[in-house]
Formats: sequence, C-alpha cells, structure tokens
Amino acid sequence: MRLAFFGGIYNNYLALDSAIRDAKQRGVDAIYCLGDMGAFGPHPDRVFPLLNENKVHCIQGNYDNSIGNELNDCQCGYTDPRDNYFAEISYAYTLQNTSQENRTFLKKLPTEIRFDFGEHRVLLCHGSPRRMNEFLWQSTCSTHFLETLADEHEADIILATHTGIKWHRKLSAGRHFVNVGVLGRPENDGTPLVWYTLLEQDPSADEPVLEFIPVEYDYRRLAAEMASENLPDEFIQTVHNGWWTTCLEVLPAKERVAGKF
Amino acid sequence: MTHAADTPAVSLHHLDQLWFQVAGTLCNLTCDHCFISCSPQNDSFGLLSLEQVRKRLQESVALGVKEYYFTGGEPFLNREMVEILEETLQYGPATVLTNGTVLKDEWLNRLRAAANASLFSLEFRVSIDGFSPETNDPIRGAGTFDRAMKGVVRLVDHGFLPIITAARTWADTEETAVVNQFVDTLRKAGYSRPRLKILPTLQLGAEENRTHGYREDERVTAEMLQDFDIDHLICSHSRIVTDRGVYVCPILIEADDARLGDSLDDSLDDFKLAHGACFTCYQYGAICSNSSHQLTQPPERSS
Repeated sequence: MRLAFFGGIYNNYLALDSAIRDAKQRGVDAIYCLGDMGAFGPHPDRVFPLLNENKVHCIQGNYDNSIGNELNDCQCGYTDPRDNYFAEISYAYTLQNTSQENRTFLKKLPTEIRFDFGEHRVLLCHGSPRRMNEFLWQSTCSTHFLETLADEHEADIILATHTGIKWHRKLSAGRHFVNVGVLGRPENDGTPLVWYTLLEQDPSADEPVLEFIPVEYDYRRLAAEMASENLPDEFIQTVHNGWWTTCLEVLPAKERVAGKF
Repeated sequence: MTHAADTPAVSLHHLDQLWFQVAGTLCNLTCDHCFISCSPQNDSFGLLSLEQVRKRLQESVALGVKEYYFTGGEPFLNREMVEILEETLQYGPATVLTNGTVLKDEWLNRLRAAANASLFSLEFRVSIDGFSPETNDPIRGAGTFDRAMKGVVRLVDHGFLPIITAARTWADTEETAVVNQFVDTLRKAGYSRPRLKILPTLQLGAEENRTHGYREDERVTAEMLQDFDIDHLICSHSRIVTDRGVYVCPILIEADDARLGDSLDDSLDDFKLAHGACFTCYQYGAICSNSSHQLTQPPERSS
C-alpha cells in the first residue's frame, strides 16, 4: 500500500499536475489533499478538474472554508498588516475567479479524514487536529505536545499542512506527526521545488515509511501567468527564487532565520 | 458595573504555554508603565532557580506543554538564566522577554550553540518603547534606548532575530509613523529584517500612576464572549510558575485570585475574568504570544 499526500495547492495547478503524474508513476494506491486549494497563484478553477479526474480525496482547509462560504477573508491567521495586505489580494482574486460550482465543492469538503493503514490509525487534518488554521511549525512544537495530540485525537499518524514547510517527528509507540508540505509555493529554501509526502507499508519493517518527494514543474509558466493576471510581483519572485517575501511574520525564529527575508 | 455572578469563567483547553516568572519582580530598570512595577528594589516575587524550573519542566511533559516563556523583571539578572534556557531547549521551544540591557557575549555564544543544537526555536523579545531616546527614555529611564539598541545589535550579531516589543504609549493616529520610524531606526542600526510587536499598555502597576487604572465597566461579560474565539485569551492555554506558586497568567501575578495552586496539576481549574486586564486581553487578543506585527505601509502596486 502506497499513499500520496498533498498540502496546500494555492491555485498552482501546474505543480498539482506534475505531482499527480509523479505519484502515479510511483504506483500510489490513492492520493489525498489536505486543503487550501486556492491562494497565491493564477486561475483557481484549473485546480478542480485535476482533483476530480484523478480522484484526489480532499479535506477542507481554512481557505476552502472561506471561499466555500464566501467569507470576507481567508482565515489564514496572519497577525501582521503587511502579510494581511497580500493575503487580501490573493483572497479577492481567488474568490472572484472560483466558480459557484467549485465554491459549493469546497463548502462541502470534510474537515478531517480517518482511516486505518495497517495497524496504524491515520488522521488527516489541515492545520492541526484541534483547529483548522493552527500553525504547527517544527521549531515550536515540543514532542510531548505532539504526543498529547496523538493521544487526545486517537491517531497514530497525524498528517497536516497549513504552514507551507514540511517536517516529520517520530513519536512514541511507533506514532508519527507529519507536515506534508505544500504544492502551492516553494518552502522558503531558495529553490523553486515544491513537495509532497509518500506513505508506504514496508513489508520488511513494522513501521510505515514516510518520504518527502520534491516536485519540479514549469514554474516559469506559472510566474508568467501570475504576471498576466496582475498578481503581486512579490509572489512571482517567490515562484522563481524560492524565498518567501510575504507571510513572514508568522514564522518562528528557526524557520525565519533559514530564509532570506 | 459587572456583578460577580455575571463574570464568565474560562476553562483551560490545553496547557500550550508554560511561563516562568524567572526573575521575580527584580529588574535593573524602573519603567513608568510596568504592569507589575518591577524595579531593583521590588522583591515581592523572587528568582526561580534552575532546580525549580527543572521540576516544572519535568511536570510539564505529562501535560503536553507546547512551548515555554521566561519573564520577570529582567530574566538575565537570574545568574542561572543561560543554564535554564539551555535545559529548556531540550524540552521544547523557549522565549525570553528581556530589556536587552544586560546581555553578555559569553552568554549569547552559549545560547547560540544551544539554539543550533536544538530542534526548537529560541526567541528573544526585547522591550523598547520608542524609536529614539526622546520617546523611550522618559518611560524606561535615561540611557536605556542606547543600551537596549546595543543589546539588539549584539543579538543580531549572534544570529538571532529578536522580536522588538513596544507598548503603545503613543496616540493611535501616530501609530504608522512611529512604527515606520522604528523599523527604519532598527535597520540603520544593522538589524536588516526587524520583527516588531506592538502591545497595548495594561492599566496596572506603575502604568496606573502614569495614566490611569481600569474603569469599573472595563470588564468582560458573558455576553461579550458569545461568538468570541476564546483561544485569544491567554488563560485558555497558559499558566505561569512563580516562586509563590502557579498563577493564571503573567499579567495578573499580583492579584490574589490569580494564584491557582502550588503545582501545575493543581492549577488547571477555570479562571474568572474579573479583572480590567482581562478586558485588554479580550480587546487585543494574543498579547503575550510571539507573533510579530510589523506595521509598515503596504507597498504601492505598480498597476
């Protein structure tokens, strides 16, 4: 059994297409997306046919909840006015360019998915099991905190996204917490790559095997389309060079210092 | 006026943040707006030893505490502060709230090494209350602006990105100008990507004399909590360890009803929002957490 988990797509249908092809080449049995289909990139409606045609099982992120319910903002949880300024541009663009049919699709998405993977109980959520828009960064979560999340939410493998940066922590009793990364934009590491996560059962080992998979895609085309849609230059720079230029103030010290801005 | 019967209580959802009043009320400065009137002479709360902190760190594991915060007074007046942070970083993320005026290279070298070796973030929050000596020093004391800025530069030189924390002692209408000048000053001093957090003043302690206390109608009512996200209130996810027991939050350690117990396990009960400071927490939310708010003018769009 081999499963693929995608994080936020942020309208990046080109990366989504590449990730789906990559996952299929690896022979995955199913693909899951942990929410936030919109934001940041161009042409929101181009994401949905790819999700539908490839039977991607989706849960609702805060962005999807906002677009689906036509709220006034994305509920991303930013605290800084400059970050919110850019978030508002993305949100207005995405809301305006998401069809009624797709808004309804987003509105109806479940907020979590649970299933068994061998002996392990898997829980998929967007931010955290307790709050859709909670940021769980690697450097701000003690291991005992993650243990209590796994205890309280009765899960052995918790998979989340929302922050935009992948990470994995092994917990006690063969349990795991995983942030699966995002397909929507690079993860502030100076490369244009985006990432998803593979989970498979290794017959020779008791433990499931987790692997982060880099995805190359036509980021120059994405950047050109963002420019023609009049999306901010700051976003386009990130697509090209991999450094975040916005949403910076929510980053904790360790993640912030690893970036350029 | 709010009657006691109307005072809503907040239950602890999960102990995410464990604070330590690690320097008690001892501070090398005597700021006019300090909500617990810390000073070189105020010994109403004492220092916490490494051993006392260690005991609570151990106790915090079973409670699933997510991150740790250290405040005072001035934490670096505690001679065990470096060891305390080094040990904490083995448990989880640590944040220390300092005035930046007493930092030594030797300590920062050790803390840089501890932060590099840890999975977790070490955050410094440095209090400065204006972008110049003219605005800061009347509140924090003569010479404190220059000393704190030297501390900021020292932290930056050691690879840290301190969050500069300023209490809003200016008029709302001046906010954008003040903050932009603040950012500019920090950049000129060599801090190329300053993080800034603006806090409301709390009408307690010395601030009560500088301006005024809370009015009796400045209280949280049950009605105000309808449709309110209770996670914005620190008492829903935090407690603070002092040498006199465990209190509900860092703001209220001088209030008798804020002392909840001797150990963390004893201190998990509901807390009634009976104080004026609860009203400020309600109004502004998350005032004690780390998210920085860098209020700069949004860039002009080219088209």
